Amino acid sequence: MIKFIEHIGRYFIMLQKMLEKFTKFDVLRKLILREIDDLIISSLGIVSLISFFVGGVVAIQTAINMENPLLPRYLVGFATRQTMILEFAPTFISIIMAGKVGSFITSSIGTMRVTEQIDALEVMGVNTYNYLIFPKIIAMTIYPFIIVISMFLGIFGGYFACVTGGFTTHTDFIDGLQLDFVPFHLNYAFIKTFLFAMILATIPSYHGFFMKGGALEVGKASTTSFVWTSVAIIIMNSFVTNLLLT
Amino acid sequence: MIEVTKLSKKFNDTYVLKEVSTNFEKGKTNLIIGESGSGKTVFLKCILGLFSPASGEIIYNKTPLSKMSSKERTMLRKDMGMVFQGSALFDSMTVEENIMFPMKMFTNDHIDEIRDRANIVIKRVNLINANKKFPSEISGGMKKRVAIARAIIMYPNYLFCDEPNSGLDPNTAILIDNLIQEITKEYQITTVINTHDMNSVMEIGEKIIFLESGEKKWEGTNKDIFNTDNKSISNFVYSSELFKKVRKIYVKENK
Repeated sequence: MIKFIEHIGRYFIMLQKMLEKFTKFDVLRKLILREIDDLIISSLGIVSLISFFVGGVVAIQTAINMENPLLPRYLVGFATRQTMILEFAPTFISIIMAGKVGSFITSSIGTMRVTEQIDALEVMGVNTYNYLIFPKIIAMTIYPFIIVISMFLGIFGGYFACVTGGFTTHTDFIDGLQLDFVPFHLNYAFIKTFLFAMILATIPSYHGFFMKGGALEVGKASTTSFVWTSVAIIIMNSFVTNLLLT
Repeated sequence: MIEVTKLSKKFNDTYVLKEVSTNFEKGKTNLIIGESGSGKTVFLKCILGLFSPASGEIIYNKTPLSKMSSKERTMLRKDMGMVFQGSALFDSMTVEENIMFPMKMFTNDHIDEIRDRANIVIKRVNLINANKKFPSEISGGMKKRVAIARAIIMYPNYLFCDEPNSGLDPNTAILIDNLIQEITKEYQITTVINTHDMNSVMEIGEKIIFLESGEKKWEGTNKDIFNTDNKSISNFVYSSELFKKVRKIYVKENK
């Protein structure tokens, strides 16, 4: 328990130190652009693929479980929209990203630690927290963009699977999509997406930055980072949902 | 000049450095030697400010490191160059970008001026046709040269090297040693080298500090090593038959 509190304390000290001395703007700009490429652009493919197919599966399963003729078929579109916007796109894509982006961040910073590149930066007088972590946080502020794509492709995947599979008609699905739309649900989704983005950038950075040992420990740190990032996302999801939807 | 007074460092309850005092002079290649685990790297990292000592003081040009403000420390760091054991080059940057990195970070010079300065140091360390290569595409010896070039691009007053010739073939190791010594003389830098390579000790050890179990057991020059009767340093340096013979010949010739 004491170790856990120590980790939390060190995590917040890391965030504080990150804001103490800023890297030169010209250098920072290039780092941010590189992080956007590494963290955001390179994730588009996997997010698109997963969202499209999971959207399809959600829609088919909803359609199959609504055998009662009294239930209108447009509910398939409604359920797909709600699932994708409220939970799948923001939360589950973030957990997938904890595996992809989180592991990448931990292993890249961890490798820099093992090969003394972080020491080299420190000896030069660079604020390593700001140089290594801050660009990742800024890059992750455009993470909601990925979630928008996930929402769209998930719903489109549901539409495609249902209409081509004969589970519902085009009109029913579109009617369902437009049924009882609450704009605040989008706000809720993006508020939690933004918080998840901060978790995705900082917890893996912490695990990479403070790792000790060699190549084997880099692998272990990536795994630990994935576990703790996922746990933090799930706890944050529950907290934000209780705060905003109840 | 760097003065170290009664420097101690402990991890948990174990002391890895015990009241080490010495000074490192300007324009000389100062060597820290000792067996693996003797505290050399910890000593070097304390001098660099990467580790906080348990007690004692490190004084840079009459200013104690512990009394320096964060701004003064940053200024001091810009005055330091460091060559790490594994070179510590940034994988995502080319050789040229690695060398230009400190100038890009801390100066407002135009990129053309920075590139010109980089080319001067690249030439100085005899790196040929490597500017656009990545660290993974060059040999160990070339990596050390890049690390040295990166360390001297800001005209530092202090150069620190952690086992600069480990993992290199004997020829390249001697070339790297000579290069460091030449640069030390040319730029009048205070150079501190951490090594357990006997060739380096004999070739460039203008001042040598011998550490054993975290304690300073001997201090002198490469010439003094031949005449010393200190048991610790003799056991360490003359562990091989070859060096024992070399010592005998040297003592005989210099009688």
